[in-house]
Amino acid sequence: MSKFGLIAKGILKENPTFVLVLGMCPTLATTTSAMNGLEMGLATMFVLILSNIVISLIAPVVPDKVHIPVYIVVIATFVTVLQLLMQAFVPEVYETLGLFIPLIVVNCIVLGRAEAFANKNSVGDSALDGIGIGIGFTLSLTVIGIVREILGSGSVFGWKFIAGDGILAFVMAPGAFIVLGYLMVLFNKLARR
Amino acid sequence: MAAKSNLKNMALSLTLVCLVCSAILGCVYAVTSGPIQEAEAAKTAASIARVLPPFQGVPEQEVVNVDGADYKYFRMPGAGTAVISTVGGFGGPLTLMVGFGEDGLVVNTVVLSHSETPGLGAKCQTEASFIDQFKGWDPAAKKLAVRKDGGEVDAITASTITSRAYSAAVANAYQVYLKLSENE
Repeated sequence: MSKFGLIAKGILKENPTFVLVLGMCPTLATTTSAMNGLEMGLATMFVLILSNIVISLIAPVVPDKVHIPVYIVVIATFVTVLQLLMQAFVPEVYETLGLFIPLIVVNCIVLGRAEAFANKNSVGDSALDGIGIGIGFTLSLTVIGIVREILGSGSVFGWKFIAGDGILAFVMAPGAFIVLGYLMVLFNKLARR
Repeated sequence: MAAKSNLKNMALSLTLVCLVCSAILGCVYAVTSGPIQEAEAAKTAASIARVLPPFQGVPEQEVVNVDGADYKYFRMPGAGTAVISTVGGFGGPLTLMVGFGEDGLVVNTVVLSHSETPGLGAKCQTEASFIDQFKGWDPAAKKLAVRKDGGEVDAITASTITSRAYSAAVANAYQVYLKLSENE
């Protein structure tokens, strides 16, 4: 597969949110606004790329029976690094995403890519796979966030263009499911062409 | 080719990975702990500046025990006292900082952390008409409770529980303030 293809498949054919349907917990919980979705996507992408690189490096020497605990320790390390960095340099972002940053450890996408791709491919390809899936996840979360923010608060990226409150349900959990469902239908209809 | 899964290899690989990861985390922690503390101190200082009249000097955190609970407060002679007060909100703990002037009136209140519903209770951070009613409030004369409970606080529409918690937090802070005034 070409280098470009490796990145593109993460965005379209293997889009983590709309096709693989992985990592739904942060997807539903953090997309209350476009900015939150974007930030969550970028945070996950950071962990995904680094864990893919390291796991593809160490996979050949890790005994099979302990590979899951080893991968989890690697992933948890990068998540904690990210958590400390965010706390130190972007405390506002850290406060909005709060609990969902440590939860990246158990995000199925990260362990899923380690298991399905990084442990049998080269370092370069694994990094590209991390970038592709990361971009796919970030774009999906941002789009869900944009739709929910427009319907729920009448604004995009905090820029308000409709006065008033919007449809509150879209900011809360039910709106997350509704928007995700319709976007999934739309995405799969367009992608199947 | 993966190493054989015998006890020696498994123990060795797990130990090595954990050691390396701890070392990395130790380094990152050493680098970030300074900026994290600065960021927290800056946030506290900004909150104090918002709830008290302009003051000179660096606020020092102190702790007082009122009715079995510890409250943190910052005493700025000449400006007033900022009290941190936590109560149970709708979605979890709601933490406020309440500033009292030397005359015993509320100067301003600010939300330090909350887990209220976005779009409903979370408005306690942004809704000016709700927050501003506490400015200049005299807790000795006006009851700190929502109108539904016989007080004089106008609740946020559809967020009575959050408004009730907010009022309770301000009322608790006032008890702390009274206790501090007694001690002086």
